[in-house]
This record gives sequence, C-alpha cells and structure tokens, in this order.
Amino acid sequence: MNDSRIGLYRFGSLGVLLALVALWWIASNAGWVSRVFLPTPQATFASLLEGLNLSGSGEGSGELLGFTRATVGRMIEGWLLASLFGVLLGATIGVSPSVRAWIQPTLEFIRPLPASALLPLAISIFGLNPGMVLFVVAFGAMWPVLLATVHGFAAVEPRLAEVARCLQMSRAAYIWKMGLPNAMPDILAGMRLALTIALIVAVVGEMIASQSGLGQAILLAARAFRASDLFAGIVLLGLIGFVSNALLAFAEQRLLRWQRP
Amino acid sequence: MTDSRFYRWLRPWVFPVVLVGAFEWYARRAAALGSDALAPPSAAAKAFAGAAMDGSLWTATGFTLGTAALGLLLGAVLGIAFGVMLGLSRRAAQLGSVSIEVLRPVPSVALIPLAMLGFGFGVRMELAIVAFATFWPLLVLVQAAVQQVEPRLLEVSRVLGLSARERAFKIVLPAIVPRLFVALRLGVAVALVVAVTVEIAANPNGMGYAMMIAQQSFDPALMLAWLGWIGIVGFAVNAGMLVLQRAVSRRMGVPS
Repeated sequence: MNDSRIGLYRFGSLGVLLALVALWWIASNAGWVSRVFLPTPQATFASLLEGLNLSGSGEGSGELLGFTRATVGRMIEGWLLASLFGVLLGATIGVSPSVRAWIQPTLEFIRPLPASALLPLAISIFGLNPGMVLFVVAFGAMWPVLLATVHGFAAVEPRLAEVARCLQMSRAAYIWKMGLPNAMPDILAGMRLALTIALIVAVVGEMIASQSGLGQAILLAARAFRASDLFAGIVLLGLIGFVSNALLAFAEQRLLRWQRP
Repeated sequence: MTDSRFYRWLRPWVFPVVLVGAFEWYARRAAALGSDALAPPSAAAKAFAGAAMDGSLWTATGFTLGTAALGLLLGAVLGIAFGVMLGLSRRAAQLGSVSIEVLRPVPSVALIPLAMLGFGFGVRMELAIVAFATFWPLLVLVQAAVQQVEPRLLEVSRVLGLSARERAFKIVLPAIVPRLFVALRLGVAVALVVAVTVEIAANPNGMGYAMMIAQQSFDPALMLAWLGWIGIVGFAVNAGMLVLQRAVSRRMGVPS
C-alpha cells in the first residue's frame, strides 16, 4: 500500500468515527432511545462547554473544570506514589533470590484482588476523607509496578550478576547499574497499567467516599437524570484515559530507545 | 538436606502467617483500647463460618461469579467477532482504528452511572459493564492473533474457495485457539475485578455489596471475612484459568 492510500484510510477512519457520532445524533434526535438515557450530542457538547467554562459568554459554572482537576490530581498523585513505592519495594524484594522465595507467593496471591475491594477496609480505618482515597489509589496501582519490578530483577542475565560480583560492586551499585536498567521495560509497562488502575480507583473512590471529582459528579448527574451532564463527565474521563495513555506510550518509546539495535 | 521438600512447602506460608499474626495482635490491642473499626482475623474467621452456614456467602458468590461469567461471554463473543473481522481485513482495521482508539480508554467504571440509569440495579447493569470492560482486551488480542495466522493457511482457504464464514470458523478460529485462551485468561481476571467493583460502587448484589454493607453496619469481622474470601475466589479462578490455558496450549502443541 502506498502512502496516499494509507492517508486515505486514515481519513476514512475519522469518517467512521464521525458516522458513529452521526448515528448517535440521529438516534437521540429521532427519539429511538429515550433522551433520559441518551442525550443528544449537541446537549452533551453544550454541557461540556458550560462545565468547562468555555462557552465564551461567561455564564458557565465551570464546575467540571474543578472536578477534572481533582480527579486528575488524585490519579497522578496516587500513580506517582505507587510508582515510587512499587519500584522501591520491588527492587528490595527482587534483588535477593531468597527474599523472593519467601515473599513472592504472597504477592501473587494478593495480585488478583480488586483494588476497589480495599475501599471498605480503608474507610473503616481512615474514615471518609481525601487521604483515604489517595491511599487506596496508590495501593491499588502499586501492584503492577511492584510485580513488574520483581520480575525485571529476577530476569537479569545471570552473567551480568557474575560480572557485578567480579567487579565487587556493592548491592546499591548493582541495583542502580544493572538491575534497574534491566527491569526498565517491565517497570514502564507496569507503570502504564498502574495509570489505568489509578484512574479507575480514583473514580470509584470518589463515587463511594463522595469526594469531589468526576466520579462523584457523574454519579450525582445520573441520580438527578441529568443525562447530558453525565455524558459530559464520561467524555472527559475518556479523554483523561486517552491523553494519559498516549503520553505514557510516547515516554516509553523515548526512554527505551537505547534498547533497540 | 532431607527436609528440603518440607522446607520448600513451608516457605510460602511463613510471610502470610506472620502478617496475619501481627494483624491479630494489633486488632486485639485496638479493640482493647475501644476501637471498633477493626477486628482480629480470628473474629473474621468466625464471621466467615457464620456466613457460610446461613448461605449468604454462597448466594453472593454465585451472583458475582455468574454475572461476571455472563458478561465475559457477551464481551468475548463480540470481541472475538470484531477481532476476527479486523484481523482478516486490513482495510477494516484501518477504518476502525480511530474509533477504537477513542472509545477504548473510557474507564469502565465511568459507565456505572449510565448503566444505572439505563438498566436500574440488578444483573443487567453489571452485565453491560463487564461486557464493555472485557470487549476491548479481547478485541485487541484476537485481532493481533488473527494477524499472525500463518499466511499459507489463508492461501489454502482461498484456493479451496471457502466462503468468509467458512474461512473464519474452519481456518482462523482453530488456528488462534492457544492465543485465544491467553486472551480469555486476561478477560476472566478483568471480569471478576470489574464485577466486584460495580457491586462496591453501586449494584446492591453480590460479594462487593455484601462487603460494603458489612462495613456500613460496623461489622469489621464480617467485612474482613468478605475481603479474604474475595481474595481467595479471585486467586482460585485465576489459577484455574492458568491451568486451563496451559492444558489447551499443550494439547495444541504450543510451548506455553
């Protein structure tokens, strides 16, 4: 396939998306689906503009802007904490085969546990406050980073470990110069998964603990049958997921450039 | 070493036993100081036995597992159908790419309020969200698997003059079975996590809700029992899927 045809298909795939939106427009405007459940695209767009205070007339409440900032902040703070502790703990566990043998089975057991299942426990320990949600976000998002780091350290080429022993490297130097660079692809993949989890747990946490944010906003919108506000919130959450994932994929590509021959 | 087998068997249990012991000690001390936020694991075990005796444990577990399985079935059938379609036709894959890139990152939990509005509480809302959450990974993994089907097999189907349907069912689907089971294993993990999350956030049914209600009625022992049980169920289901996937791979002659 030559370049112009690839360009054509790219254009065509935008067309498919537009066709889906057009279908939505027809379905909601013609009343195929009740507007209580499916608002029109223009109403959703109006809610978005008003909520983000972009309508130009200065009439918008700008509420959604604050909610978005709160959710994104929670997600990023939790994710950074998760990455930091995940790598620290993972390196500590992963660097020693004997520690791995003692602790890894427990980690594997906890891995499939849904992060949101910790919310009730965290609520009864910490109460309903922003710190509690942040804790659960960080804790839930930590697992993929932690396990990826342990795996990355376990998979270091044995000869590299022998070289380190021959050079009489200290343990810290071994972690810094051999373990971490080797585990980097695993860690970055884990961090990408962690970001997705952080967003999900942040939204669930806001819903349950009524902390202000998009999660609470869409739940309240649904309870009040404000479908256009609900859709505006869903669109924003999708956008957050899309942008954060794209940024991280880009960073991953840049950071791992040295790996490719 | 003669005791090395015993030692190896014992080793994984030491860390969790120490953790549970420490928690028992801490919770008892907290209870002695008048806190009712935590319960020692021994009380949780008693609460667990109670729930298992009066049947509430099994109803809730059955609801969650059943809904997760049905949702996964729905999401998987759709994901496999679209995945095969997009995998076989490069044109379709390119035309669909932007829509998929835009829709896929929507967090599944963002649809909880929408499903609540559309379906009310109950099986259907949870089903819809689990199906949405499992649809995307299956779509992507099946598409990748189909694209890696040996090209000669597809040539054979062309030479035999098979119709598109015959090609999908007789050539492509059998060829991707081992990878399909890898995708399904991921799907099972996602389905279970999403089902429990929906129950915790909204749906008044199943294990997640039982745990939430235990917390809200200040019954920390029962809440911890549910947390442990959710962990055990999740571990068992995931371990079962791993065994199944490996068995399928072995039968199909693929090193797992």
